[in-house]
Amino acid sequence: MLTYTLRRLLLAIPTLLLISLVIFLLVDLAPGSPASEIPLTVPPEVREKILEALGVNEPLHVRYLLWLKQFFWIEPLNGIDALFGTGFAEGMQRIISYQTRSPVFPLIAERLPQTLTVIGTAYLVGVMIALPIGIYSAYRQYSLFDQFGTMFAMIGFSVPTFFTGTVFIIVFGVWLGWFPTKYDTTLEVTDWASFLRQLRQMAMPVMVLGLANAAAISRYMRSSMLENMKQDYVRTARAKGMSERTVVLKHVLRNSLIPVVTIIALGIPSIFGGAIITENLFGVNGIGAALIGAIRGNDLPMVQTLAFIFAILIVSFNLIADVLYGLLDPRIRYD
Amino acid sequence: MPDGAAPVLDVRGLKTVFRTRGGEIHAVNSVSFHLKRGEVLGVVGESGSGKSVTMMSLIGLLPSPPAEIRGGEVMLGDRDLLKIDAEELRQVRGAKVGFVFQDPMTSLNPVFTVGMQIMEPLREHMGLDKQQAEARAVELLQLVGIPDAAKRLKSYPHQFSGGMRQRVMIAIALACNPDVLIADEPTTALDVTIQAQILELVKELRQKLGMAIIWITHDLGVIATVADRVMVMYGGQVVEHGPVKELFAFPRHPYTRALLKTIPSITGHREARLQVIEGQPPILNATPTACPFRARCPHAMEICSRENPARRAVDAAPLGHGHDVACHWSPPALHEAAHA
Repeated sequence: MLTYTLRRLLLAIPTLLLISLVIFLLVDLAPGSPASEIPLTVPPEVREKILEALGVNEPLHVRYLLWLKQFFWIEPLNGIDALFGTGFAEGMQRIISYQTRSPVFPLIAERLPQTLTVIGTAYLVGVMIALPIGIYSAYRQYSLFDQFGTMFAMIGFSVPTFFTGTVFIIVFGVWLGWFPTKYDTTLEVTDWASFLRQLRQMAMPVMVLGLANAAAISRYMRSSMLENMKQDYVRTARAKGMSERTVVLKHVLRNSLIPVVTIIALGIPSIFGGAIITENLFGVNGIGAALIGAIRGNDLPMVQTLAFIFAILIVSFNLIADVLYGLLDPRIRYD
Repeated sequence: MPDGAAPVLDVRGLKTVFRTRGGEIHAVNSVSFHLKRGEVLGVVGESGSGKSVTMMSLIGLLPSPPAEIRGGEVMLGDRDLLKIDAEELRQVRGAKVGFVFQDPMTSLNPVFTVGMQIMEPLREHMGLDKQQAEARAVELLQLVGIPDAAKRLKSYPHQFSGGMRQRVMIAIALACNPDVLIADEPTTALDVTIQAQILELVKELRQKLGMAIIWITHDLGVIATVADRVMVMYGGQVVEHGPVKELFAFPRHPYTRALLKTIPSITGHREARLQVIEGQPPILNATPTACPFRARCPHAMEICSRENPARRAVDAAPLGHGHDVACHWSPPALHEAAHA
């Protein structure tokens, strides 16, 4: 298992390098340039100077290699400096956002907590709703509960979050007035009252995203349970005189969770990437909103860096899913 | 076997029906049999004859719906298993009645260790703690002939061969010293040499532990080796029943006779084609009012389509204790021979 994990980690390096190249090229080849953001009133020679200062005029491979060096060497050094107060990265050029003219990483670090609290909670809520629904739907297949579960999953699957989000805002935010329609990023939780306010403003984005996540996962859980419920070992467990609870929640569930856990692990990167629309809708100033803003503003370094961070997350959670698979299923040993 | 001793298991008039969208299927029709301590009852019949369904009905292993037990009684000791509630029946399963299934490759849970799966019923029914259960599990594995038992407890099913897994299944079934062991085609999925080993093991265990065994199979050769009595099933009912030697020597029912003819012989003409019983077993969507075998029977008479024959004794013993058959037809020559 350990050698397998190490081998996979090593293999991830060329994969990520390739992805970084593709991302860099895609972003670079996309229409629009930082020059278009400079007002036309700026004289041409000044405009030239600005572009030169940004390093935009360098050849493509130079810019790519420079960006790689910044991402993998200078930024980690900066991280170490920030943590331990050392001075390794002194005088080195960091990845600078075109829009704010400040380093990209601190900007991302500012946005990350919002994303993690709102979108992360939504994913967690989604999983916690989905698993019991899936288990019980399968156990009572074709029952009224199962029918409702199926309908709920259908709705969650087929209705996009920008629609459910808007409906939620109109119904719960405007008509009923239960929850604020906008997420206040400046709110700091200091006491009970502010904690409640934080909960209230999180409620809607969490519900919208949670429902969307729960829909898919509950379906996987249900079909995985159904598949295992038919297996011979379930009959064996019953013949041994195990209680229904043990049969379903131990024998069947343990087997059914194997594929579902990997699906859940694979879905985690989407916490960061896939929630862009929801973040925008509710004004959560998270990482998804940062990406949208950067794309609109032709902020190439920001877009490249964020896209690459997503890529790293996806690759690592793929690896985690595979390792989890091996841990859960004794039949799978990678060595 | 000692006659007159109270049977461990006494089944009378068991009826099981499956309710499906296409109507009812009467899978078990008034099956009666009994089982004494230390006795092996062989149950034979082709696929769909109701052998497995009968045995699963006894201890509530059939999913309901669609299965529904319509009548009869299943006396285990002095309790009627059809009258007790689900919770009490669950306490019987695994504790008083052990079950071994056909396919050892899929009958064990792949994600739990073998030890855990053996210890589960021990802890559930006998209230043993972890150490006691573990000690008993090692004992059981040794009993079924698995070497290095203490170490093997931590192995997963996929680390065992088919024969070894079936030994584990037997160990699980025997864990709580059951009165009755039901073995549902336990050797069908194994190759011949392993089959022989398992047969030997079961015979040995029966000597050692003295439980009663119901052995379901469609392999007449296996029945001849292990069983004391044989029950031949067709169309969800018992068509012939008797001591194994008697039944094999003087089969009464045309179905039994046909079954025995299908056994390929290693002597005689090699060119001879394998014997088959033409046709299909019936699917019964009502309580049969005619003999279920009549369509395939070479001796079918007019009465066979009017009246479903009841079991009748063909020797002096009371019905169910000696040789009996459910057929209107009597083989004339054999009849004299049997009583000569």
